This record gives sequence, C-alpha cells and structure tokens, in this order.
Amino acid sequence: MIKKTPLYNLHIQHGAKMVEFAGYQMPIQYKSGIIQEHKFTRENAGIFDVSHMGQLFISGSNQLTDDLEKIFPINLKNLKTNQSKYSFLMNDQGGIYDDLIITKLKDGYLIILNAACKSRDFEIIKKKLENKYELNLDESLSLIAIQGPKAKNVLGKVVSKITNLKFMNGEEFEYDSSNIYITRSGYTGEDGFEVSLENEKAEKFVNQLINYGAKLIGLGARDTLRLEAGLCLYGNDLDEKTSPIEANLKWAIPKSRVNTYYPGSDIIKKQIDDGVKTLRVGIKPETRVIARGNTKIFDQNDKEIGKVTSGTFGPSVECSIAMGYVENNYSPTNTKIFLEVRGKKIPANVCDLPFYKKNYVKGEKNV
Amino acid sequence: MSEVKFSKEHEWITLEGEVATIGITKHATEMLGDIVFAELPEKGKNVEKDGTAGVVESTKAASDVYTPISGEVVDINQSIVDDPAKINEDPEGAAWFFKLKIKDLSELDTLMNKEEYEKFAKETSS
Repeated sequence: MIKKTPLYNLHIQHGAKMVEFAGYQMPIQYKSGIIQEHKFTRENAGIFDVSHMGQLFISGSNQLTDDLEKIFPINLKNLKTNQSKYSFLMNDQGGIYDDLIITKLKDGYLIILNAACKSRDFEIIKKKLENKYELNLDESLSLIAIQGPKAKNVLGKVVSKITNLKFMNGEEFEYDSSNIYITRSGYTGEDGFEVSLENEKAEKFVNQLINYGAKLIGLGARDTLRLEAGLCLYGNDLDEKTSPIEANLKWAIPKSRVNTYYPGSDIIKKQIDDGVKTLRVGIKPETRVIARGNTKIFDQNDKEIGKVTSGTFGPSVECSIAMGYVENNYSPTNTKIFLEVRGKKIPANVCDLPFYKKNYVKGEKNV
Repeated sequence: MSEVKFSKEHEWITLEGEVATIGITKHATEMLGDIVFAELPEKGKNVEKDGTAGVVESTKAASDVYTPISGEVVDINQSIVDDPAKINEDPEGAAWFFKLKIKDLSELDTLMNKEEYEKFAKETSS
C-alpha cells in the first residue's frame, strides 16, 4: 500500500507529477519543471513536503543522553536544549545505516530520519535502548521545509518571531492556536526552516506560505539543490558499507568521541589514524555529459579507480556535476580523472565541495 | 514538404525531396522534463531504422533517440547541443535533431500520421 502525505491533494491541485518514493506518493516536479523550481528556491522561497521523513521522539533525561551517546557518534551532553546536530546511525563495521539530524528537546530528543530508513532505524534504536524509554515515530505530524533567501520573510508572515532562530537551532512556536516546532535547517544549501506540525494543519499552513509568495518544489529540484550544495543522499552517496570517514564527513564526529564507544568506533578510530582507501570527492566533467550514479571512474592509464554515486546538471552552476568515491591518492582537488559514459571516457576533474556556495544571511551568523 | 509522420519512440519526421528532418515530439519533451544534454550522430554516418541515433538527458534521466528511418546523416543541429533548453522550447520546429538522406521511401509507411500519434501518445502516457 503506497502512502500519501497530508499534502497529497494540494500537490495534485498544483499540477504535480507524482512518483513513488520510499513507499510514498511524492511530487517529483510541478508544472514549471525542475530547473525553474531549483532557481526559484535559490532566489526566493521554496516549500518542500518532507512529511515522508521520520520524526522520532524519545523521552527521557540524563540516562537517555548517556544511552544515546552509545548509539550516535556525537557529544550530546554538550548539546543545549533546542540545538541540532548532524549525525549517523551506524553498524559495528563503521558503515552507515542512516544519516540524521538530532535535536535536544526539554524532555528528550527528536531525531529526523530518512523516509526509506525510518522503520529499520526505529527497530535498531529501540533494541539498543532496551525498551527503557518511550519511542514515538510520530505519524500524526507533517514536516514542511521552507528554503531560500526569502524563507524567513515568508515564514515570518505566518509565524511571528522566527528570525531570532539561529542556524541548527529549534524552538516551539504558536500557529493556529497550537504548538508547532520549527528548526532553522534544511538540505538545499540555502537559509531555511523545517516546520513540524499536526497533519490536519499542514495544508492550511502551506497555502498561507503560497499566498505570501513561496512555491511548492518537488523532489527533482530537491536533488539538484542538495547535490549543488555538496550534500549526501542516503542510498546513493552513503550506505551500510561506507563509513563517515570515507564519506568525507569526519567533521560530524567530534574529537571527544574518537576514543569512546559507539557502533563501529574501533574501525572509525583506525580509519582516522591510518587513513582510508577510498574517499568521497566532488567531480566536474569537462563537458555537458552527465555522469549518473554507478558511472565508472578511471585514471589517465585506464585503471579503474572508483565510481560515481550522484550526478546531474546543476541549474545554478550551469554545468554537469557529480560526487563519487575514488582511491585516496586520486582525491586531491584538480586531479584529472575519466568517467565512462555510454562507452566513451569523458575527462573530468576532482573538485572542492560544495559546487554552489551558501547564501549567507546578512547581519546574522548563519553557519 | 511532406506530411509530418511520427514513430512509437516519439520522433517526428518530415521529408523534402530525399532528405528527411527528424526531431523528438512535444509529448516526448513533456515526459522528459527539462533537457540539459543532447548528443547527435556524426555527419556521414549511416543509421538504421529504429537504431540509436543520439541521446537526450533531462535533470532526471538519460534517454536514447532513435531514427524512425534508415539513411546517411547529412546535417545535425549543433544549436541544440550548445543549448539543450531549446529542445523544450520548440521541439517540433527550430529544435530538429538531424537530417538524413533516406534509403528506402517505403519505410515511411510504417509510421503514424498526426492523428494516430496523438491517440497513441494519449494511450501510452496514462
């Protein structure tokens, strides 16, 4: 049975082309198309229905913090209430079950999980916590992202005082006489917010955002936006066989956690000390050819050195862009590599991520 | 110029003397979405009916372009390679793909007329 989000009717009303994604009917694009939607988000304010993602609430106090630190490679004791961090659910081999955002709440934690992973994540986390706490993968809530330089203006007209929120921080706000939870975060490389609210209020809320000038944006543009911003998509760029170190996400594991236990911690420590065999890099083909996931990567001597994991045309950078994994000695910026597309070897260069630099909010510290 | 004919692979073709002009249909571009890359056959190459004669890619996926008729490639539209967005703008006009010196006129008989194609496109896209 394919699920629908509470915004399904609104998507159809706005001419969405619907596809199945992680068991949900989701909009891949609307009438104006992926490129226009992408550019609108970079210049204005885009609304993304991300209600298919998991919102996992775990209630508990100090003991819960200790127990969660045995699951996530992160320093939760230092996290302030309403502060968020990017982290991973990992296996004992150092591979990634899911990448996630964890936020400390007054009486516990909120973890935002990828749609395709959320059921399994729930089971893994529940088992590791040995039924000591109440876990709620809350299906009664929708999640709406609003992203772009004008996101704060548009959202500010619907919910007051949101501009005081700092990046990677959340807070409870009042909307339509109920409490909603908003974090300043997103996955587009733009300033933006993610709003968690009751399913019954989602459509009204989004209609208000639309009335103030924001537009609905589909999964197609969400993918080009995140790739331009150099952000990983679980299932493409991250998986159970890839460690955060190989994925070049070492920054997400604080130094204070390198020597303490979490699943795979021994392997991660070894990888930090001794280095890794392959590393995630940014790739720019020299032509307009698009190198999709699974494209083989070669060096100048025709030796196979890796594989592309995501590739598309970047509407804002106006060129072909990709990410992939190459043998470590080919990872330095500007290394010449070749991508095998339809039998031809396309010249390309390893490049720095992100492809598109973030829009900083003037007068606010935003990163 | 002859009547426009259409293939099941969503190409259109017109004939002027023994040279055919081939492109992809508006319906095809609507299914593909924003086209961001186009690859065309080389001039002088012989292509066979229903064989691959190019590639278009949208932000989402790559699709082969087939030739609805056999012949020798005598001209290609470089402007759509340089600016693939033109294909979405005017697929059945300025954004033609390639011209063929055709081999066998009877191959045209296997193709659909406009009315038949529109019916076919409607049936296959739902």
